[in-house]
Amino acid sequence: MLAGVLSTSTLDLLAYAPPGWGATLLAGLWNSLLIALGAYALGLTIGIAGAYGKLYGSPLTKDLLAIYTTVVRAVPELVLILILYFAVTDALNKLVIALGGAGFEISGVAAGIAVLGVVQGAYATEVLRGAIQAVPNGQVEAARAMGMPGMQIAKRIVLPLMLAFAIPGMSNLWLIVTKDTALLAVVGFAELTQATRQAASTTKAFFTFYAAAGLLYLMVSIISTLMFSRIEKWARRGQRRTGD
Amino acid sequence: MIQQGNDGDQRPVAIKVTGLRKTFGTHEVLKGVDLTAREGDVVAIIGGSGSGKSTMLRCINFLETPTAGTIEIGGEAVRMKPDGSPADRRQIERLRQSLGMVFQSFNLWTHKNIIENLIEVPVQVMKCPKPEAEARARKLLARVGLAEKEGAFPEFMSGGQQQRAAIARALCMEPRAMLFDEPTSALDPELVGEVLQVIRGLADEGRTMVLVTHEMKFAREVASHVIYLVNGVIEEEGPPDQLFGNPRSERLKQFLKTVS
Repeated sequence: MLAGVLSTSTLDLLAYAPPGWGATLLAGLWNSLLIALGAYALGLTIGIAGAYGKLYGSPLTKDLLAIYTTVVRAVPELVLILILYFAVTDALNKLVIALGGAGFEISGVAAGIAVLGVVQGAYATEVLRGAIQAVPNGQVEAARAMGMPGMQIAKRIVLPLMLAFAIPGMSNLWLIVTKDTALLAVVGFAELTQATRQAASTTKAFFTFYAAAGLLYLMVSIISTLMFSRIEKWARRGQRRTGD
Repeated sequence: MIQQGNDGDQRPVAIKVTGLRKTFGTHEVLKGVDLTAREGDVVAIIGGSGSGKSTMLRCINFLETPTAGTIEIGGEAVRMKPDGSPADRRQIERLRQSLGMVFQSFNLWTHKNIIENLIEVPVQVMKCPKPEAEARARKLLARVGLAEKEGAFPEFMSGGQQQRAAIARALCMEPRAMLFDEPTSALDPELVGEVLQVIRGLADEGRTMVLVTHEMKFAREVASHVIYLVNGVIEEEGPPDQLFGNPRSERLKQFLKTVS
């Protein structure tokens, strides 16, 4: 029976231990998640600083941040990855060698986190800027009127309140970064898509492996969505559902 | 300007505002106004919309930066730069803790429940031990009739309850004086009474307060001194019976006719 034959060979191909490719795929998934988490954390950090800079920074800070968010959001991620991975590391290498140091090779994980983090940071800056502005002024004014210092107002009043407005945008950014890790396949980094490509071209079982990879991405997305909806529920504590 | 002084009064001065001016862009909202509140005084500021009464109150704790003039809290002058902005951020923060502000729109923090709202500044800013702040908060909540609401979130309470909680929050800092900015203007009519009752209780125990209000009857009952503002100038001021019973200025007579 055709179906029976297909499913046995599919299971063999996806088996964890060699000659199955399961371990390769899961290692790729692990690398993808590692890069996504690192880039997201970096992006969030840049985003918080960038949002405050855009809102309350000096004119120069605001201009620099405007250039950053405009350029990074305009240039395709793929191009940015190629620029950083090849052009920037090359330039850095030449510089280090010229200064008498030893040449180095940038690790795929570090490069991936750096590039995607910088891209995420530009989008996060805009998401968080909007969220901070959505916090009703009265909430901040009450804190000012009671003599709360500015840093404490940011930490204890504005950040928790803006979270509710930021979560939808920030959960989008997380889903985007998990999929953007696939772009690192072009520099040969063994994340999930690259691992899948390797398995598929070796075995010629293209459909099986790309479908398996698709399923893994889907699972990541479903689990993350569930987690974000929990976080959002927590962030909206104290808010009436209608929100008038 | 028509004024009755109370010279010879020996009570310490809690709030003193002199020659206060405030300009927004090219529009001068306050054109040199004075205010003195001694310990135990209840000063009511009344006036039409756009008269500058809220701005005057908000300048006292520097929510608005005065353009000119001097402000003293408890005998301590607020240090200002030549442009009127505060020179010492820490001084402003400290003085603000001695002035309990109550807003028209309550402004309770929506992500904190009621008791968290009350103890936030005492614990986080004034470094009061948490159990002590909580004990004080519970006493105050009982006093404003919200003992059973300490775990509730503000948005799930009525406007009247929120405003009573906001008054308790201000009191929890143990301020020298209270500032009320139209505390009942955002309330449904049937909820105004419960808030006024709490404010009246504070006046009765001798709290120093400055109150911007549209409630003329209430101002007449609780105020020790009333200021009537027109276009950023004090048109008339004095004891409430004088102002409401026997107004001298034509504008005040007209105003009282339209609001009553």
